[in-house]
Amino acid sequence: MIPEIGHYALILALFVALTQATFPMIRAARGNRAWMDMAGTASVAQFVLVTTAFGALMWCYVTSDFSVLNVAQNSHTNKPLIYKIAGVWSNHERSMLLWIFILGLYGLAMSLFGGNLPPSLRARALSVQAMISVGFILFILLTSNPFLRLDPVPTNGAGLNPLLQDPGLAFHPPFLYLGYVGFSMAFSFAIAALIEGRVDAAWARWVRPWTLVAWGFLTFGIAMGSWWAYYTLGWGGWWYWDPVENASFMPWLAGTALLHSSLVVERRDTLKAWTILLTIVAFSFSLLGTFLVRSGVLTSVHSFASDPSRGIFILGLLVAAIGGSMVLFAIRAPSLKGGGLFAVASRESSLLLNNVLMSVAAGSVLLGTLYPLFADVLKLGKVSVGPPFFNSVFVPLMVPVVIVMAIGPLLSWKRGDLKGALRRLKPAAIAAAVTAIITWSMSGGIGAGAALGLATWLFVGTMGELAHRLFPMRMTAVDFLRRVITIPRSFYGMTLAHLGVALVIIGITGSTAWKTEKVQVMHFGDTVKVASYDLTLKGVEEGVKGPNYVAARATFLVTKNGTFVAELHPERRMYDMPPRPTTNAAIHTNVIGDIYAVIGDPDESGGYVTRLYYNPLVPWIFIGAGIIALGGLVSLTDRRYRIGVPLRKVAMQPPQS
Amino acid sequence: MKSRLAFLLILLLMPNAARAVQPNEMLADPQMELRAREISKDLRCLVCQNQSIDDSDAELAHDLRVLVRQRLQAGDSDAQVEEFLVARYGDYVLLTPPFKSSTVALWMGPPFFLMIGGLCAWVVYRRREDKATSSDKKLTPQERERLDAMMPVHLPTEQTEGKNAP
Repeated sequence: MIPEIGHYALILALFVALTQATFPMIRAARGNRAWMDMAGTASVAQFVLVTTAFGALMWCYVTSDFSVLNVAQNSHTNKPLIYKIAGVWSNHERSMLLWIFILGLYGLAMSLFGGNLPPSLRARALSVQAMISVGFILFILLTSNPFLRLDPVPTNGAGLNPLLQDPGLAFHPPFLYLGYVGFSMAFSFAIAALIEGRVDAAWARWVRPWTLVAWGFLTFGIAMGSWWAYYTLGWGGWWYWDPVENASFMPWLAGTALLHSSLVVERRDTLKAWTILLTIVAFSFSLLGTFLVRSGVLTSVHSFASDPSRGIFILGLLVAAIGGSMVLFAIRAPSLKGGGLFAVASRESSLLLNNVLMSVAAGSVLLGTLYPLFADVLKLGKVSVGPPFFNSVFVPLMVPVVIVMAIGPLLSWKRGDLKGALRRLKPAAIAAAVTAIITWSMSGGIGAGAALGLATWLFVGTMGELAHRLFPMRMTAVDFLRRVITIPRSFYGMTLAHLGVALVIIGITGSTAWKTEKVQVMHFGDTVKVASYDLTLKGVEEGVKGPNYVAARATFLVTKNGTFVAELHPERRMYDMPPRPTTNAAIHTNVIGDIYAVIGDPDESGGYVTRLYYNPLVPWIFIGAGIIALGGLVSLTDRRYRIGVPLRKVAMQPPQS
Repeated sequence: MKSRLAFLLILLLMPNAARAVQPNEMLADPQMELRAREISKDLRCLVCQNQSIDDSDAELAHDLRVLVRQRLQAGDSDAQVEEFLVARYGDYVLLTPPFKSSTVALWMGPPFFLMIGGLCAWVVYRRREDKATSSDKKLTPQERERLDAMMPVHLPTEQTEGKNAP
């Protein structure tokens, strides 16, 4: 009964979405207020229906209702509750349901918080939002329905891939989707604005909070995925340029560019067409990312072709969404006249440089990710595009981005004083040079020296600007406190995000340049020195029972110069259902670096294969990424988004017809 | 023949779940082992999804790791080892795609994108320059009248606007 209710709610949601997608759009053109308001009501109804469907599926998972095919294929009664719930989004059909659930959530948010929007813009944006819903709900109902029943009912399910049974990964997809789907808001606003033919500072101010929300979630989601890879895959890597990772990284790059260019529209009323294009691109990458991962096209072209109904629907949806919006853009973009002029040395220029390089990076990642596919289809032969390609393209593009990241905030809008900015950055330049030389002479790595120098430049430069704003000359304590409060939160947000980037660079440098790895066979009592730590294998306990696995659990004693540091318990697990082995690394972190231990198979002499690593500075990759996301959050609380658009700007708009 | 026998023996002795580099695969000479690791990082495990043989748990990856080390011990240079594997498995085995006719679009893509980006930025500045010169022209008397009506204090706005532009 419950699955049928969910199924029925989904069908109802489709019809509500159809209504919401058409009538408000048509009626907005004629200025019919009642029909426009209907969009808001419809989005509430749709949220209720989609939530019902999502809840119904979750119910099936929690109660292990194996009469539902999808549950039987992916769940098991022995699975801990949290993974039963996480099971709701861990494969294709269900993750699509999570997608439209989040879309419904954003639609609800738009109708709740969109009270200060012009009614026609709001109606049109909600209408575009509903069009996306229609596409996705149709896709679910026609090609990947999660509510299909199974007869006869199996006694138990097939279980979930044990690699996915992990808290890090349980929450990774929802955050990623909150990011992907969040870009649909900016997209809907962009399409609505293109139809209305008006993009101005007020528009940018409405769109920016939604972009910040989406970008913050995406940043956090990617960081979480990377962290998961770091501690589960068992050799201390945290980024592999894997197509699945690239799929989430491309919308992030486009979103980062969008975040910066929308600032120019908001403050200076220029770069409008470009910003609109970026919103379309960011959302297109989100759609592409969702489907690249879920359709299996990346594994091989043939698996995609083996289920043509799904593949053709996906292609159709992509063509309609991306193609349609691009055509609309091509028609309307020439009418979007940019207002403000700016000099080469100006805040606008620094943001434009960020935009160009971020877009080139996103385009290159797309090319590298899809090239093996093209080569296969065009019969150019099988090609592998691996990490060396991406690193050699991505790193040179990011160097100027980081250099300008410290300069840009010091330049004023319109026409900046580049010489003055560079003068103020002198301490940063000196610190960077000193760091680079010390690193280079001590470790011999010229690349590591340059990278740490770059990070120092950004860190000191950003901190310097913060200090400059907080402590002008001759100032009392009261003045200082007043300053702390009056500096806009968006400035704090930017400072945090840029400092986060510096920390991430430090972490990446540490992990690539100074990682220590020891692989060997160890017997009980053997000690191996890793960096400055001594790791002693005390014992291995076989047959440790977990909720749905049996593990071999090792005990390592970690000491430094004879003093106790930590005890590590890496495990090698064998899951019951499906029966697959996993390695669970044990990590001891002191924030500066991680001691990372993995226990392998026993060998014939009674010893165990062990992999021991010291990963210096790696924690800073994740701490830095978290600070970047936090920066987005802080920026979101900026006063100007709470009080809305100042009246002066509204008064200057032409009267509504 | 002897090496092939040793190879088979290693295969038989291996537990079935091999995980990345195993101690018994490693060479005694640390210098040569380091070279082997570096080469391994650029070789694709052909049966995996986007993993190097250095990272992979697959049987095939193990075989290739052993093969790389055998070639090195036989006196091959790093390049010769890669050539040997490419001859066997094709370019697909290399994680860094070689620059040739089938990968021109791949390698030239990023510089091409950068050129387009640079061109776009150049157009933005040029258009702005045009606009800056065109905005130098005086306001029409009607516009001046409307502006005066809007602003209580007369400000020479058009001139500052013109000067500030590049």
